[in-house]
Amino acid sequence: MFENLQDRLSGVFDKLTGRGALSEKDVDEALREVRRALLEADVALPVARAFVEKVRTRAVGHEVLKSVTPGQQVVKIVHDALVDTLGAEAAEISLNAPAPVAIMMVGLQGSGKTTSTAKIAKRLMKREKRKVLMASLDTRRPAAQEQLKVLGEQNDIPTLAIVEGQEPVAIARRAMEAGRLGGYDVVLLDSAGRLHVDEALMAEITQVRDLAHPHETLLVADSLTGQDAVNVAEQFQSRIGLTGIVLTRTDGDGRGGAALSMRHVTGVPIKLLGTGEKIDELEDFDPRRIAGRILGQ
Amino acid sequence: FTKRKLDGETLQELEDLLIMADMGLDQAAAIAEAVGKGRYNKEVSPEEIREILAEEIAAVLAPVEKPFEIDSSKKPFIVLVTGVNGSGKTTTIGKIGAKLKAEGKSVMFAAGDTFRAAAIDQLKIWGERIGAPVVETKVGGDAAGLAFEAIDRAKAEGTDVLLIDTAGRLQNKAGLMAELEKVVRVIKKRDPEAPHLSLLVLDATTGQNAINQVEVFKETAGLTGLIMTKLDGTARGGILVALAGRFGLPVHLIGVGEGIDDLQSFNAKNFARAITGAQK
Ligand SMILES: Nc1nc2c(ncn2[C@@H]2O[C@H](COP(=O)(O)OP(=O)(O)OP(=O)(O)O)[C@@H](O)[C@H]2O)c(=O)[nH]1
Ligand SMILES: Nc1nc2c(ncn2[C@@H]2O[C@H](COP(=O)(O)OP(=O)(O)OP(=O)(O)O)[C@@H](O)[C@H]2O)c(=O)[nH]1
Ligand SMILES: [K+]
Ligand SMILES: [Mg+2]
Ligand SMILES: [Mg+2]
Repeated sequence: MFENLQDRLSGVFDKLTGRGALSEKDVDEALREVRRALLEADVALPVARAFVEKVRTRAVGHEVLKSVTPGQQVVKIVHDALVDTLGAEAAEISLNAPAPVAIMMVGLQGSGKTTSTAKIAKRLMKREKRKVLMASLDTRRPAAQEQLKVLGEQNDIPTLAIVEGQEPVAIARRAMEAGRLGGYDVVLLDSAGRLHVDEALMAEITQVRDLAHPHETLLVADSLTGQDAVNVAEQFQSRIGLTGIVLTRTDGDGRGGAALSMRHVTGVPIKLLGTGEKIDELEDFDPRRIAGRILGQ
Repeated sequence: FTKRKLDGETLQELEDLLIMADMGLDQAAAIAEAVGKGRYNKEVSPEEIREILAEEIAAVLAPVEKPFEIDSSKKPFIVLVTGVNGSGKTTTIGKIGAKLKAEGKSVMFAAGDTFRAAAIDQLKIWGERIGAPVVETKVGGDAAGLAFEAIDRAKAEGTDVLLIDTAGRLQNKAGLMAELEKVVRVIKKRDPEAPHLSLLVLDATTGQNAINQVEVFKETAGLTGLIMTKLDGTARGGILVALAGRFGLPVHLIGVGEGIDDLQSFNAKNFARAITGAQK
């Protein structure tokens, strides 16, 4: 249903073949198509706007004005600007802190926190040969703690024993203690899903943060998210402080504009991509792939 | 409260507001145009603009406003619940079960998500909460076979409503969609009229991908209606307007929280007002 940017722009520039340099009006018309493409890919409107301005400065005065294939030129400028904004440098999970290193997973309900917790734990065990403990602080959703426990059992990842009736902050304290006593390198804290506007739950997670001093606080977010991505990312960033983003369900056919929105408003890197439901379906972030997808290529 | 002209700039602002509510470009443009029609360059107050806008949106949504209703002549009345991962299927089943129980109906759940870790336990806790039996099979078991067995058991026990949970699946996964197709086929074998409702659960925070979701699940699961969850956040769920225009599938219920009572009937007017940012 969506046209890719290349096709759209060739539509714009075809009309111009045989003419000389592009006028500012032509660039405007091209940028309107860029804006459309971004919005169709779910890039949040304020972010799309800022991005188009960035592209405008790069496009105007660029050789695009003289090029014989202005459409392709503009697509390249847009693509490169997307990659820049998404973060051209790969950002790994950092474990560069005294053990046990706490990693806290946060995000909206159902975004993929628990699944991603187990995936990251497995990866750190296998690739980095670290001793990892997982703990679920989700005392709210039915069988949430059980879910993490089962994932631990299925994949030989130690989990903190479940103690009925214990509150999230107390569980976090117990997890960090178990991490110290058990000689663990990493303690992964899976938290309950919460809305960025839920005052009580946002206050609770800041208490957990102040206790566990996470070296990484990862926002786990669904790549199918729409315009709300900016609100969510902004609020989690300002209330809790993030060090990275894990983008889930990139195995879907969404256009993934939320990646640009969240990266733009938080400034923190997208560190990992969830590419399926299974434990090993986790990949390093590749800005080129997401940029191509946003542009429908 | 100053009046302002309903000019190009104002209409563009309205269109932007609708885009930020996930309505999508075409639907947002169509609504903004409808607002401008016959009123262009008239002086209107911000409240009036909101009202007009809400009316235009409600006009698109009104035809899909359909209460969630059980036909008691069908026993069991079979409801299949589907959707992408994490959209709120299991929770919504729990809430619907509670609502039906409160209406004096007997309810049974079928734990059709045999894949995700502790998905069966999650539904069983909801079953305990509302006092509904849960039909389950082993982890990794066949979801279609389980649905078949659950229908038989609901028949034998004279249950009014059977709610069948399914594993979350992305609509572009052919294998998982084929599995869902099989679930539907097997249900029909047991009762050709079933599922009496085939519902897709959509997450309000989802953007334009919801269109693909409806398109494919409609094809695979023979959707009869929609439910939208997570409207207690800041996502406005404007995609429902685009979906209403495009597919015309009934919208029955909305989820507004994680609690047992956080389920409401879909109301086109209220929903439209919420999209415009007017008070709920
Ligand atoms: N296709 C796909 N599914 C995923 C991915 N990550 C998680 N899921 C699925 O998404 C659903 C929700 O995942 P969870 O890990 O339970 O999400 P959560 O954020 O812990 O949910 P709550 O704790 O209820 O807030 C499950 O069905 C997972 O299997 C992914 O990258 N791709
Ligand atoms: N805020 C809010 N959270 C909700 C709502 N409905 C469900 N949730 C939460 O969303 C998360 C996912 O809900 P589930 O019912 O497990 O979703 P699901 O579709 O069954 O997930 P899978 O089976 O893993 O695909 C849970 O944390 C729920 O508590 C809602 O209306 N509002
Ligand atoms: K979601
Ligand atoms: Mg979880
Ligand atoms: Mg479920």
